[in-house]
Amino acid sequence: MAFLEIEHLEKSFGPTRVVKDFSLDIDKGEFVSLLGPSGCGKTTVLRMVAGFETPTSGAIRIDGKDMVHLRPNQRKIGMMFQAYALFPNLTVAQNVGFGLKVEGVDKAEINKRVEEMLGLIGLPELGSRYPFQLSGGQQQRVALARALAVRPRVLLLDEPLSALDAKIRVSLREEMRSIQKALGITAIFVTHDQEEALSMSDRVVVMHQGIADQIGTPFDIYNRPKTRFVAQFVGTLSILKATVIDPAKGEVDVAGAKVSGLDLPSGMAKGSALTLALRPEAVSLKGERGDVKMAGTIADVDFLGSVLRIKVTANDTTIAFDTFNDPSSPPPRIGDKATISFSKDSLLVLKD
Amino acid sequence: MTRLWAWGAFLIGAVFFALPLIGMTEFSLKMRRGVYSLDAYVKVLADPHFQQTFGYSTLMALFTIVFGVLLVVPTAYWVRLKLPRVRPFIEFITLLPLVIPAIVIVFGYIRLYNTSSWLPLTGTAMGTNILLMFGYATLSLPYMYRSVDTGLRTIDVATLTEAAQSLGAGWATILGKIILPNVLVAVLSGAFLTFAIVIGEFTMAALLDRPAFGPYLQVLGANRAYEPAALAVISFAITWACMGLIQLVTRFSKFTEAQR
Repeated sequence: MAFLEIEHLEKSFGPTRVVKDFSLDIDKGEFVSLLGPSGCGKTTVLRMVAGFETPTSGAIRIDGKDMVHLRPNQRKIGMMFQAYALFPNLTVAQNVGFGLKVEGVDKAEINKRVEEMLGLIGLPELGSRYPFQLSGGQQQRVALARALAVRPRVLLLDEPLSALDAKIRVSLREEMRSIQKALGITAIFVTHDQEEALSMSDRVVVMHQGIADQIGTPFDIYNRPKTRFVAQFVGTLSILKATVIDPAKGEVDVAGAKVSGLDLPSGMAKGSALTLALRPEAVSLKGERGDVKMAGTIADVDFLGSVLRIKVTANDTTIAFDTFNDPSSPPPRIGDKATISFSKDSLLVLKD
Repeated sequence: MTRLWAWGAFLIGAVFFALPLIGMTEFSLKMRRGVYSLDAYVKVLADPHFQQTFGYSTLMALFTIVFGVLLVVPTAYWVRLKLPRVRPFIEFITLLPLVIPAIVIVFGYIRLYNTSSWLPLTGTAMGTNILLMFGYATLSLPYMYRSVDTGLRTIDVATLTEAAQSLGAGWATILGKIILPNVLVAVLSGAFLTFAIVIGEFTMAALLDRPAFGPYLQVLGANRAYEPAALAVISFAITWACMGLIQLVTRFSKFTEAQR
């Protein structure tokens, strides 16, 4: 039995169904991200777990105990918000100790725990400051300490890094992940940033229109997307139109090149159209690697510093790929002839 | 040239406002013939009726403030949190005391709560005091509600509530320890305005026959020359002190920055 079970969760606001038959099992100590675009229902799922929204139907259990009928303040679930949500009238130490005070823990124990938590987030000297005297990153660290101080059963993170600038975001996400691992706390992280989801999570749930499109490890989600939406939303890729030549052999025609041995969806007939996808890192210029070769023309070159993003057009199909910058050779020019290559194993067959 | 006109308009306004005050203050100091003195003030402050009525009105103001805070803070909070759609309706209701004259309200009270009614509040002094306190709370509702609502607008009520809930807090804790302290400056503004209204209120107190400061002012004004002027200056000083205190609490609030 999983530690946190979400079964057939549904939520409608009036006639609009925002979460549809959402099920997810999370083990103790696991870090799971809900990833998806705005309006996909990820925050609604999180808010239902927290108790701020009541599900239209379905069950939420923690350690086998039903949560749906408990009020938010009875669930013992910690939460971090995008807007930090520190109490402006309380000092950092009072903020961190707030939950313990509500619990009725004695003062000496609260002070000890607050000190421990401020040490954990690396801000032991800021206990007497007010939230407005802290930077955004510091405020979010304090919010983490406050959420953890009460030893919650589950930690919910509602886009906690979105309001921070890029550098702080990266350092804080590493810190949050290491604290979560060290404490072994079960966490659900909501984000629309794929990099955050992939880098922090044990598993990622990609959500689309209220449905969990795919649940898997970051490696699986990135390398073996099950739907076109997942493939397009997670990472960048080139979409290739293909035509089935021989369904039995898994042979298709992609932009004039024959590729065989693909694992085609069942029921595909000869001549039927198929959508394939290719990650930019799977392609190499000058035919250096892979068994599929295509001749084309350089359509665009973006210099991104350490990396060059190049687009090659071959038979009306545009394939984008990345290659490392080589200071000893200049980047190709638009209009140059080029041969690209990739392994047929890196072609993703997309289902709609 | 435009600047000159602006200064001219400002000066006319200032003179229009200040001249009667200066005249009244000067008159209040002329009780002793030929010299300026504080005799009128000494006489007024030593008058046991002044002490009694001022004490009564102060006490009534305090009760009105407590009742107003207990009524308005949870209401404004709940409307912001759960019922944002009814906000215009609530705002309309809170504005009604500005368009319904106090005399109409108090006649309504007398009619509803007289000794032959189902709730004969006017039958006892305590009952009438309670009725007067409700009346004062009604009169100060537009100011109290607006102050608190403006205060609530400066904080993220929904997220702070959810954060407190996730830490185990119930409604009473959330209101008492998070919401109220964060709108305290706004509540104090409303409280000082309420105090100023109650201290100077005449109609309700007179018609309910309570020994308040307003009716005392009127009686004194009808029978004496210098004392009413001194009393008016004292009333102004009290009102202005309230305004000053509003400014002071706003400026010296420890966490004002965070509320922006």
